[in-house]
Amino acid sequence: MTVNASVYHYVKPEIVAALASDEPFANAKQQATRHAFAEAILEVGEANPNVVVLNADVSKSIGTNKFAEKFPEREFNFGIAEQNMMAAAAGMASTGLIPFACTYAVFASMRALDQVRNSIHYPRLNVKIAASHSGITPGPDGVTHQAQEDISIMRALANSCVIAPADSPTTKQAVWAAAEYNGPVYLSFTRDPVPILFDDDFPFELGKAVTVRDGSDVTIIAMRDLVAQALVAAERLAQDSGVSARVLYCHTIKPLDTEAVLQAAKETGAIVVAENNVTYGGLGSAVAELLVANNPIPMRQIGVKDTFAESGPYLEVIDKYGLTSPHIVRATHDVLDHKARFTRPVSLAAVA
Amino acid sequence: MDDTVAHLKLKSIRYRKSVLAMIKHGGAGHTGGSLSCVDILNVLYNHVLNVSPDNFSHPNRDRYVQSKGHSVEALYAVLAERGFFPAAHLETLNTFQSHFVGHPTRKVNGIEQNTGALGHGLSVAVGMALAAKLDSSPARVFALLGDGELAEGSSWEAAMTAAHYRLDNLTAIVDRNGLQITGPTEEVNALEPLPDKFRAFGFAVRQVDGNSVEQLLRVFLETPFETGKPSLILARTVKGCGISFMENNVKWHHKVPNDVEYASALDELDAAEAQLLEQLNPNAEVSSWN
Ligand SMILES: [Mg+2]
Repeated sequence: MTVNASVYHYVKPEIVAALASDEPFANAKQQATRHAFAEAILEVGEANPNVVVLNADVSKSIGTNKFAEKFPEREFNFGIAEQNMMAAAAGMASTGLIPFACTYAVFASMRALDQVRNSIHYPRLNVKIAASHSGITPGPDGVTHQAQEDISIMRALANSCVIAPADSPTTKQAVWAAAEYNGPVYLSFTRDPVPILFDDDFPFELGKAVTVRDGSDVTIIAMRDLVAQALVAAERLAQDSGVSARVLYCHTIKPLDTEAVLQAAKETGAIVVAENNVTYGGLGSAVAELLVANNPIPMRQIGVKDTFAESGPYLEVIDKYGLTSPHIVRATHDVLDHKARFTRPVSLAAVA
Repeated sequence: MDDTVAHLKLKSIRYRKSVLAMIKHGGAGHTGGSLSCVDILNVLYNHVLNVSPDNFSHPNRDRYVQSKGHSVEALYAVLAERGFFPAAHLETLNTFQSHFVGHPTRKVNGIEQNTGALGHGLSVAVGMALAAKLDSSPARVFALLGDGELAEGSSWEAAMTAAHYRLDNLTAIVDRNGLQITGPTEEVNALEPLPDKFRAFGFAVRQVDGNSVEQLLRVFLETPFETGKPSLILARTVKGCGISFMENNVKWHHKVPNDVEYASALDELDAAEAQLLEQLNPNAEVSSWN
């Protein structure tokens, strides 16, 4: 069956066309979003001389060595010392510089959390934390490098802003938005390549979720690398079951776009949240917290469930932990069953 | 004794009174550590730092980061006297909705960075010093570290970076009072040979009596000790300095004096003040104490 392209927004036509195929991203251009960040920071640094790049011996891995070549006086390697880097970034920001502190997500959110909390977020200093290897995107590196908790941890900090872009074009937009925003921002990037999904004219606005696929039966809310999985799942649901699934790309986990989520809840009556992050405290929790207080409709969470992950190729690993499109499809059917029970009209006659 | 020294000594006595009054009134505070570092703050704010309420937003002002944030009462006393905020605000210490909390925050005018989580301040100062170098700013950066605090490994990460980037616009001062909350630093987790450690990490090191305003005045004037190196002042201090029964007594780390102790402490400070005023040229005294 051909794909109805008219329901998709800002998704590249070649991506849309291939969504229903057996291997939807086989021919898609891919790039790790850490590398998209490295490209973007070059341009941002060109435009704003206050931007400086700090790294903890990861400039080759992330690709900010290009920034170092172009702006050698504005790049600072702290060696493998993330705590020092984060508090030094705070000191730099206090003078008016805009530091982008680069490391891996496990170290940014855990090793250096005391500095990130007390020296950056408490005084609300203008530090951008560029965290690669976020979620279980470093498949083969093992648990020490898989940051399955970073989104939850960073979301829990007061004064935090947490962004997890899905692909290269929106990563670049996120980097610009972070540089323009005054306050701490946590940017979450993938280690492994992910498909380039969106057009360059994607309307990226910090804190604004974007409907990238129309749908009326259910909404799949996704972040970072699972947006690709959500698109595949939504198309599979349409093709196989005639289910009309909306896909809401929620690149900003905090502040959550409460308006878009509540609108989706109202209009579709069921929600599946898909995140490559633990189910505690991340995007799924944020949505659940909002719904339970406003419109407690049926909801399901796709995420890592209280376990450390195995190591291996990225897609095989995330499939084992239930994060790929077939799992999203199953969760969607499940939530639709729930919705059907949930919304069944109560017979007043029977009560009487 | 020249007038500068005499007036600084007088200020130290008055700062000590202010520290004790604040802690007595607020019902909590880090008494011993504030009394050990107050002479350092006195010399810094009255004779070293190019910072005042008038230039506090100027990019080229000198920066002071108090890494040992818990000794905040000494900082509040000095900032109030230097005119960053009315001294009456200190009466709100520890009260609901006051900005005068038990560790420094930027909500209080004159304070550069929120501190209290130990082992951060030298890193923050490194960041400020790097920024000053990048901007070709004459701003100098001073960070006050506790000795117990130096068990935090991040302090040594920061020390490495300060030397690596040749931050001779950075001076760290260690308030080496030899005590931390559970006992002598050498019994808790030994720091010595501390000067050798800082030298090995790339600092130019000087040791002074950190409760002697004469020695502090001299040593600060000599910073940077070496071009291309961060400076480290190992300030040998007495915890609880100035109050006989508090000196070198770990019990006073975080203790509030009772009424009898408070009166007795004030008596000691009054006596020291009276003795100093006697030695002082009375005309000079009046003119320099605002
Ligand atoms: Mg001590």
